[in-house]
Amino acid sequence: MIALLTRDLKLAVRAGGGFGLGLAFFLIVVILVPFSVGPESVLLSRIAPGILWLGALLACLLSLDRILALDWEDGTLDLVATSPLPLEGVVAVKSLAHWITTGLPLVIAAPVFGLLLNLPAPGYVWLILSLAVGTPALSVVGTFGAALTVGLKRGGLLLSLLVLPLYVPTLIFGAELARRGAEGQATTTPLLMLAGITFGAIALLPFASALVLRINLR
Amino acid sequence: MTLTVSDLIVARGGIAVLEGVSFTLKSGRALVIRGPNGIGKTTMLRTIAGLQPPMAGKVDAPEESFAYAAHSDGLKSMLSVEENLRFWASVFGQSDIDGAVQAFDLEDLLPRLAGALSAGQKRRLGLARLLVTGRSIWILDEPTVSLDTQSVARFADAVRAHLAAGGSALIATHIDLGLEGDVLDVGPFKATGHHADPAGFDESFL
Repeated sequence: MIALLTRDLKLAVRAGGGFGLGLAFFLIVVILVPFSVGPESVLLSRIAPGILWLGALLACLLSLDRILALDWEDGTLDLVATSPLPLEGVVAVKSLAHWITTGLPLVIAAPVFGLLLNLPAPGYVWLILSLAVGTPALSVVGTFGAALTVGLKRGGLLLSLLVLPLYVPTLIFGAELARRGAEGQATTTPLLMLAGITFGAIALLPFASALVLRINLR
Repeated sequence: MTLTVSDLIVARGGIAVLEGVSFTLKSGRALVIRGPNGIGKTTMLRTIAGLQPPMAGKVDAPEESFAYAAHSDGLKSMLSVEENLRFWASVFGQSDIDGAVQAFDLEDLLPRLAGALSAGQKRRLGLARLLVTGRSIWILDEPTVSLDTQSVARFADAVRAHLAAGGSALIATHIDLGLEGDVLDVGPFKATGHHADPAGFDESFL
């Protein structure tokens, strides 16, 4: 399992498209927003939590089809399926590797991007917290989508269509948590809901992903 | 470590391709599968390896005893030869890769990226993976594709050593490996097409 994780991280670093790509995409989205809505700092600070969450979500989406498709193409998935590793564990490790290469950099870089959008000072802690709690769910749900579309040629677009609706609960509560934090309101309810969604997804979806993966491997 | 296959019906895309396949493979023996293209050799090997369920029949073998090698080698082009081998060794809970490296003459290639290898070198690396699995029943699908005669001989030696150590091998191939094994021609098992999927359409979704 650890070998699989280190291999995936190594591949993400060497093959590119891991750490850098999602982050650069996030940066561009955040920079484009003031161009499209105008440089009024009051308006920007009001919409900042929502924009940051939407950007993070899209940046996550960008690398989803790489989670399993590459291993499918070169036959690694067949060989892993016949190895002693349980497939549930394999997809869980793949989700973790995706989160470390995509979600974690977003969490760390979010304060800088918040600055670009004039996020109110009390909002930074909550923004980081909401992303840290919410992005694992994005990776796990994304892995499920990747498992569903793994055998398809050019399944990337279909993957986005399948996964984006599933991201709605995380987006609602994540953005709500960041917004309430920025405006100094009570944050317990959205935080608990967000954490609940994430832990629920982590607990259940690897089993679903492994199941659809087995069917797709036939 | 005996593999027993009885009355196996295998299906590709929901249509039975081979039916009534039965054989026994004892340890120390090799079984070479022959048959024309499209007859269902790959499908049969995938079914035996557990990658897809049989339509009917049984595959009896000890748990976790298969090492499967197919047309694609499962190599990562951005990892070196050594990293690729070590990855598979640790997946199968082994740590020693020296035997595999020597058997397939990979010493000079160890630091090279797998992406920079020729097709034959990749194949050798893919076959070396079998030796680091520590599994006793090898299921090989066209293992000699893109190998030169010298490498084929190396491969045959590796299989012989594996058999001598009490392992067994199930090999689908078109060429003569010079192995002292039994030959199973799957041509006569071609499905006649009267088999409906017993579990019905829903089975694919369960």
